[in-house]
Parts: sequence; structure tokens; C-alpha cells
Amino acid sequence: MTKTSQINRLSAHVCASARTDTSVIINFTYNGRALQGVAGDTLASALLANGVNVVGRSFKYGRPRGIVGHGAEEPNAIMQIGSGAATVPNLKATQVELYEGLESASVNGWPSVDFDLMSIAGWFSRLMPPGFYYKTFMYPAKLWMTYEHFIRKAAGLGRSPVEEDPDCYDKLNQHADVLVIGAGPAGLMAALEAAYAGARVIIVDEQAEFGGSLLASTQRIDGQTAAAWVDDTVAQLRTFSNLQMLPRSTAFGYYDHNFVGILERRSDHLGLCASAGSRQRMHRVRAKRVVLATGAFERPLVFSHNDIPGVMQASSVSTYVNRYGVAPGNQMLLFTCNDSAYQTALDWHRSGRTVVAIVDSRSTPNGEIMAAVAEQGIEVMLGHAVIEARGSKRVKSALVAPINAQGSRLVGAVTRIACDLIACSGGWSPAIHLSSHTGAKPQWDAAIVGFRPGSSLQQERSAGSCRGTYRLSDCLTEGADVGAQAAQLAGFGDAKRLFALPHIEEYGEHPQQALFLVPHTKRSSRAPSQFVDMQLDVTAGSIAIAVAEGFDSIEHVKRYTALGFGTDQGKLGNINGMAILAAALDQDIANVGTTIFRPAYTPTTFGAIAGRDIGGLFDPERHTAAHHWHVRQGAVFEDVGQWKRPWYFPRSTASGSVETIRAAVDRECLAVRNSVGILDASTLGKIDIQGPDAAEFVTRMYTNSYLKLAAGKCRYGVMLKEDGMIFDDGVCACLGDNHYLMFTTTGGAAGVLAWLELWQQTEWPELQVYFTSVTDHWSTATISGPNARRVLAKVCDDIDLDKNAFGFMDWRDCTVAGVGARVFRISFTGELSYEINVPAHYGRHVWETLMAAGEEFDITPYGTESMHVLRAEKGFIIVGQDTDGSMTPADMNMDWVVGRNKVFSFIGKRSLYRSDALRADRKQLVGLKTLRRSEILPEGAQIVFDPQQSIPMSMQGHVTSSYYSANLGHSIALAVIKGGLSRMGQVVHCPLADGRTLAAEIVSSVFYDPKGVRQHVA
Amino acid sequence: MLLIHCPHCREDREEEEFSYGGEAHIVRPLAPESLTDEAWGDYLFFRKNPRGIHHEMWYHGTGCRRYFYATRNTLTYAILETYCVGEKPLVSASIVSTAL
Repeated sequence: MTKTSQINRLSAHVCASARTDTSVIINFTYNGRALQGVAGDTLASALLANGVNVVGRSFKYGRPRGIVGHGAEEPNAIMQIGSGAATVPNLKATQVELYEGLESASVNGWPSVDFDLMSIAGWFSRLMPPGFYYKTFMYPAKLWMTYEHFIRKAAGLGRSPVEEDPDCYDKLNQHADVLVIGAGPAGLMAALEAAYAGARVIIVDEQAEFGGSLLASTQRIDGQTAAAWVDDTVAQLRTFSNLQMLPRSTAFGYYDHNFVGILERRSDHLGLCASAGSRQRMHRVRAKRVVLATGAFERPLVFSHNDIPGVMQASSVSTYVNRYGVAPGNQMLLFTCNDSAYQTALDWHRSGRTVVAIVDSRSTPNGEIMAAVAEQGIEVMLGHAVIEARGSKRVKSALVAPINAQGSRLVGAVTRIACDLIACSGGWSPAIHLSSHTGAKPQWDAAIVGFRPGSSLQQERSAGSCRGTYRLSDCLTEGADVGAQAAQLAGFGDAKRLFALPHIEEYGEHPQQALFLVPHTKRSSRAPSQFVDMQLDVTAGSIAIAVAEGFDSIEHVKRYTALGFGTDQGKLGNINGMAILAAALDQDIANVGTTIFRPAYTPTTFGAIAGRDIGGLFDPERHTAAHHWHVRQGAVFEDVGQWKRPWYFPRSTASGSVETIRAAVDRECLAVRNSVGILDASTLGKIDIQGPDAAEFVTRMYTNSYLKLAAGKCRYGVMLKEDGMIFDDGVCACLGDNHYLMFTTTGGAAGVLAWLELWQQTEWPELQVYFTSVTDHWSTATISGPNARRVLAKVCDDIDLDKNAFGFMDWRDCTVAGVGARVFRISFTGELSYEINVPAHYGRHVWETLMAAGEEFDITPYGTESMHVLRAEKGFIIVGQDTDGSMTPADMNMDWVVGRNKVFSFIGKRSLYRSDALRADRKQLVGLKTLRRSEILPEGAQIVFDPQQSIPMSMQGHVTSSYYSANLGHSIALAVIKGGLSRMGQVVHCPLADGRTLAAEIVSSVFYDPKGVRQHVA
Repeated sequence: MLLIHCPHCREDREEEEFSYGGEAHIVRPLAPESLTDEAWGDYLFFRKNPRGIHHEMWYHGTGCRRYFYATRNTLTYAILETYCVGEKPLVSASIVSTAL
């Protein structure tokens, strides 16, 4: 196979300006077909070179679609690149650089792009009017899955890889004095001036080469080709050590305080996977000043069947000819309402192919370029418009008719002109997307027939055609000025231009006509489809229907018709849509306004956003000192915040299988009540509090008082938010004069510390008190059960462990397993318990020593699940499980913990007397016992009093904790029920999603040892 | 993402180091028990939600762990000043509206 497959490839001598190298052949496949391109091609230019007309099927109607653009604006040529783990969906062929072996496939088109069932059936379009989703998929909801399946299959949105991404991605935080976005004429000049002034400059461009529109320009700058000027300028930029150039880098989002996200594609142009290093890199740039030089998009003209392959943007045709050396057709008809597109006729003519005619909607244009066209003998039809394209998979002819000066009405007979390419231009739309991200409101300017960027809300300035400045000489001047000013505002130079501006020969232009929707012999609702947004198949007719149905805001019409919702964000279609809406509403475009562009400018890979923060680096894991002992014991872990806590310790059974969670938890719970268990409680939050005012401060934070707590004593306390709702709980110990140790819940540790700091710093700075988190400094082993003292006695001989000498709620400094320890005699199980705290480095040693000492008592490690069951047997709450931020101490039946006589009005106290806190029907914590003892209520189950009540039933509360208690031989549950404390003995019902209704009796929340004698065993 | 100047650290730092603390300069009543439910409710729940200049509290949680205040334009997200607890803002809504 030679390059003869490239029927549209121009020979190098015809097209000297091309940036492609026809001597380097590159093989690739498209929908399984082997094709060839050349070095420097994009996938789009290579497909056009091969005469590929149809690159996809349209979203709703299944119509064949071809390439219309040459960059980020392309709506049709959406490709799946590669296969397997590294496959990438939804790439625009116009932005994919060709490499050897590239596999591409159209994402739209089922069963294939060339044979499309939906298009042939033809019924689908009638089924999908605007608002289709709202009208059709609302009811019945059950069918949505069916619809979705069909729609997705039909639309073919591409396939995400299901395997793990083989590539890695980097994130880079960068700072710049001046960030220049876009390396076209304005951007290059801005970077040059800013760098010369001494500012640290980053210049980015989404294309492989810098130069932007100049790469496809035939204009001469200072007597040399535009491309040569670009090469010189880039070479000059390269001499600056204070300037960084990022090609293949898309600034996709402009965020607050001049924070810009930039995606750099490092290896995508070389192959599917990066052979070394990262595939893409996310630059997170914080810039003092930003220069937006993002260019402009040519605007299509909206006429009937303007979506047939072979209808292209005039500037794109020029780009393919001049930059890629590809002529996408033979017989070109040019349709324009402005002077700039005449250049395309000259470019096409020079390529040796036929310009059938130029159809200009203006009656009397007199721009200087018209003479150049006339010199080449090209026919110009003034005051005419292309009203319809004809053809199926490729344009065969165009219907042309004379129109009035306003462009609103046909004024003569329709003629048919044979052609296979219709290049069209409706003028230009500045690429205001990034400016729009900042919140700047785009301003309509009738003089340029487009939206200019609104006044800046960030430290940025637009330059060049993204600001509606279209003449090349003006772009260069503006870029240079804005670059120098940006540098000065960042603290460099005096804002004066330093470089001489080049000389450029330019044509004097005649103003363009504001033409959007081209009239047809039939009105829009009857005329053959006039497409506005090709990616989502929005037509002028569908906008008319939306207006007829009462939508008059552009934001509503956008959502109703899906205009601009595609991955191209309506870069081509939006302005036409707004203009058509304005006309339908008989308003100015300025009044109708524009929709807001939001990040991302072009689709951005999740991989790059995630960077290295995946797998083990996604979130830190916190391990206790004894973690690896737990792992070796086969513990199953539970995530509590970032902590890994043993959930339960399943044992292997005699038969070789592993215990179920239920069997393990039953065994662990029985062991604690009957002998002794050991729990790793190291994750509890610990805050060391010191200072002369420590006691006063702590007393203000808890509901109860610590003013008289003696050294060596502990007290359980509850903390409220100022609204009176329980926020955290735990034990606080007095370590000595002005010295306290506060325990918090595992998950609440960070929040409690911030809470203490808030009050000390902002409300009571006069209180001298200091907080230090010591959670990680201490390792805590809790031994609990009737044999706990016997175990401790074997490893601790320097204090008196007698039940009276070392009483309940006391703590002692002592030596455990040869290590200095603080032992707290506090209990969360209701059994005799010691919480043994040692410096974390000794945690594992002490744990293992306790295990050895406890062996004779069959000491049993237990996890958080057993801890939950044991505390629920005692009715001890877990903040965040039995409370939900709307529970007062009284709701939890814990009024005993509230020191109502405290002098200082502690945090939350006043709220306990609010009328809402005193309501009789507040949900209150009670116990529940199922009538069938083996049934276990699901946590979260809703509670009703009358199971026969019709839906909606009156919800009376919900189950907060529920377990099987092996010690009691039946299930137990904690629940919050309206007025529950005065409903003891009543039967309530839990209707479940599966249709069952479980009945339970309201009982005391203390199921086990209600007198609390077990924690005092001798 | 905001760039926030911490008045204690005296550095511009990324927003991810901070957390938002709501409206600034809300003083806790000295005698909560003497307040009506309504007055206490105002202190508890009612907050300004201005379009424009807002004095608010921020917390440099992964930095110096200090609370401080910021004057921020809720429309543009521009932070006009940051200042320490105990200090008064230099910028206020009235000053800004006069300037405009």
C-alpha cells in the first residue's frame, strides 16, 4: 500500500506551507480499516486525506456526520482511541495527533457509521422532539433503565476502559508572574514582552506547535511567511530562562484568585500508553496576572441539511489545505457573509481544485480581497445564500437563492449548484470561555457580531481575537501591550512595548453581515432540518418549538433543547442558537444574553485530576501500634475515619473454615462477660490540656463540672454545641494541678480540638489554657471482664490494685510490663475494665505481654463490633450512631450528666431550655426487644405505632443500634421514639422494605446489669 | 480555589489549608439565661448572607491552627483583608459602597 489511499493529499510543491512531512508515512486504523497518514497529521486531517466522509452518526437522529472543524470546536468527529485498559473515549479527531499504529473508531453509530438502523428506520427523529427527556422519561420511572440502555446504545457515548489505568499522572503546582494562555499571534507577543520585562512567564497552548492561526495562514509578516515568523519568535522565547513553554497543554478551567488548571498531554501523541514517565500532567498554576489569548471560532451558518458531510467551516478548509496539505473535496462552494472567508477561496484555488463559486449574502461588499478573488477568475454571487445542502453521505449539490439585504427572506428563484464541499463562514465568535469561567459577563458587540469578554473579575486581560480583535496587526499590537502591562502589574517593567512590531500587508475589509439562520422557502418548523448544535442534534426548528412552548430564557431553552450540552460545549452552535432564539422572541441578542461557560473547556481525564492520589495514596491510613499483631491474628478491619480498627477477630474452626462475624462476635462478647477480653482503644482522641484556667475552660465545654475533680480522678462528660445538641463525649481525667487529659470519640478528635481552640481564641482569650493533640503519642489496650484485675496484677506490681485502693473512675501512674503507664479504671462494657495507656512505641510490647499474661484466663481480643454490642447491652450511647446532631442529653435519658447548677453558663446550656428542647414529643432513647427474640431489627428501621395505618404512615422514630446479644440470648436494639420514655412496655412496629413488619416492645435502654455491680467485682 | 493570607503566618496559602468558620464578630451573650428564646435563637441561628462585603471567620487548621477574620466580597470572592481576632476590619460594606 502506498500513499495513493490518500486521495485528498496535496503534493508538497502545491502546498509549500504545509507543516506535514509527506515523506514520513504513518499507518493507522479507522473502524478497523487500515489507512495511512503522514507525519504532522491529526487524525482528522489523515481521515480527510483518505477521503473518509462519515465519521459518526448523530446523537438523536442517526444522521451521517463528517468533520466540520479543525480544533476544539469539532462537534462530530468524536473518536474512541485504542482498546483495552488504556482506551480513551470521546476524543476529537481534530485534536488527536497521528502516531504509528493508532487505532480509532467512531463512538457514534450503531450498528455502524455507514449503515445506521436508526437513520434508515427514520422514525426516531419524530420520537425525539425538544424536551424529549422531560416529556418521555418522566413516567413510568421503572422503564428508565430500559430507556437508558437503548439511548446509550443508540448514542454511543464511547466506552470507558474497565481495566485499571496502566498509566500514571502527575500534578504540578506552579507559580507564575504572567500566565499566557494561547500561543497565537497575540499570545506570542504577550509572552515575549512579559518575559523581556523580567516576569516569570508560562505560556501554554493546546496544540503541538505554537503559532495558533498563523500555522495555517498565508499572510506574510515582515516579508516572510507567517510560519517562519512563528519559528523565529518561538526561538526568541526559548532564550529566556524565566519563561516556560507548555505545548499540548490545555488551560481547561479558570478558578478563583487566578488559579488555572492546565492539562499537559505528554505522551498521547506517541502512543496509547506512556513508555516512560507520566502520560499527562496537571499543572495547577497560581498566576499574578493572566493573559487570555485563546483566539476565536468561526461560526457556521445555519441552513437546511447543513450537517451533511462535506459542509465545513471555511477556516477549517483553509487550515487543512495550508497547514496539513489536505484538500477535503474537489468542487468547493464557499458561502460567507464576511470578507475573511474569501481567503479560503484563494487557498482552495491555489491547491489546484475548483472553486465553483463564492456565495456572499451581502449585496454590495467592496473589501479589497474581492479584487484578489476576481484576479483568479472566481465567480462571486452577491446577495445570495445557500439555503440547503443536498446529498446523503456527502454533499452533492447546494440550493442557492437570492436573499434580501437583511438576510431574512428569499427574493428570487432557487438554483441548484453541483459541488462536493460547502465551506461556510458566519463570521467569528471570540473564545470567551476562560473569561466566562471567572464570572465575567460576556457583552454583545454588534460591531463584531459576537460576544466580547465581560469586565474582568480576576487579574486577567484578554488580547487578540478572543477579545474580538481580528486584524493580525492589531492582534500583535494588543498582545504586546497586554503582555507588557501584565508584567508591569506583576511588578516588572514599565508597561511599555519593547519590541518593534512587524510589518504586515492586510486587505481593507468590508463589514460583515449579521447572518445566523438562513431563510428557506419553507419556515423553520417545516424546512428540512437546519442544524444549530450538531453534537446534540438541536435544530432551528426545535428552538422555535421551545419558544412556542413558552420558554423564553436562553438558560431554559438550553436545557430544554440540550443546546450546547455536548462535549464540545456548543463552541460552534451556541451563538447561532442565541441569535435564533432572539429572533424568535423578537429581541436583541444583547437582551437574550448568553449561557455561562463553565469548566472544563475541553474534556479532562479523571486520571490527571486524581494524579498520584490513588490506591494507597488516596487517603492516609492510620495504624495503631499493635496493628500488625491484629493483621497476623486475621482480624477483619473497619475504617473509622482514617483509622483501621479491628472489627472482629474470626478464628478458624475445627473443620478448617473461618468463623462468621456473628460467631466471632458472640464468642468475643461471652469472653468479656465471663473472663476477660482485650480491645485496642488507641484510636480514641486524646487532648492534653494545661494552663491555670484549664479547669474553668473544661467546665465551660462539658455539661458537667470539673472544678473539683481531684488529681487521679476521671469523669465522663458530654459536650454540646451551642444549640444544645450532643456533639461528643468521653472521659476527662485530672492529671495534676492545671493539667487534664480529655478523651474524645475516635471520629470526633480533630473536630473537638478545633472546637476548643475556637472558644479559647475567639471568645475567651483571657483564659490561659493550651491544647495539644496526643492521640498518636499513646497506645491504649483496654482489658475488660471479671478477670481483668488478675491479668493486670501479673504485669503491674507498683500500685495497689485493690478495688477500693484503685477505685472506679480513678487513674494511676504505674509500670505495666516494665513500661511507664497511665492506667484508667473506666469501663465502656460495664465489666471491670482497665484502659492501659503507654507511649505508642511500647504499644505492641505491652499488648503482647498482656496477651501472654491473660493466656491462663483465655484472654480474648475483641473488635469494634463486640465493643458496640457490649456497650449496647449496657445502654451506653455512641455519639454519631445513637445521636445525630439533633439530640439533647435529656433525649438520651442522660440528664444526670448535666450540671444545671454550674456557675458559668456552659456551651449549649441555654438551649436546653428552649421551647423546642422541652417538647414532650421529642424523640427519646429507649431499648427495644423484638417480640420474636431471634429477630434482629435493621438499624435505621422506621418505627410506627399502628402497622395497619395506610401510607404515608406516621413515623414515630427509628432504630439507632441493633445487635444479637449472646450474653442475653436474644436480640437487643436502641431506638429513639417520640415520647419513648413514657411509653415503656408498649409495642411498636417496624415496617421493612421487604414487606415484613417486625414488632418490638419498648424497654429500658439498659439491658444488662442495670445496677452496675459488675464493674466493681473484687 | 482561594488564596488566603493568614495574618498569623503572614503568608498567602492555599484554601485547602483552611476551613470556613462562618460569620465573624458574633459575640456570645454574657448572660444567656437572661435571654428570651427569640433573642437566644437570633444568636444561635440567624446569620447575615450579604451580596458583597462579608466579614467572616477562617481557621488555619493545617497551618498555625489560629482562627482569624477575612473581609470577602461574596460576589467576586475577592478577599479584601484578613485580620486577627481582637482587631477591627479596615474595609466595610459602607466604605466599599462609598468608593463605588
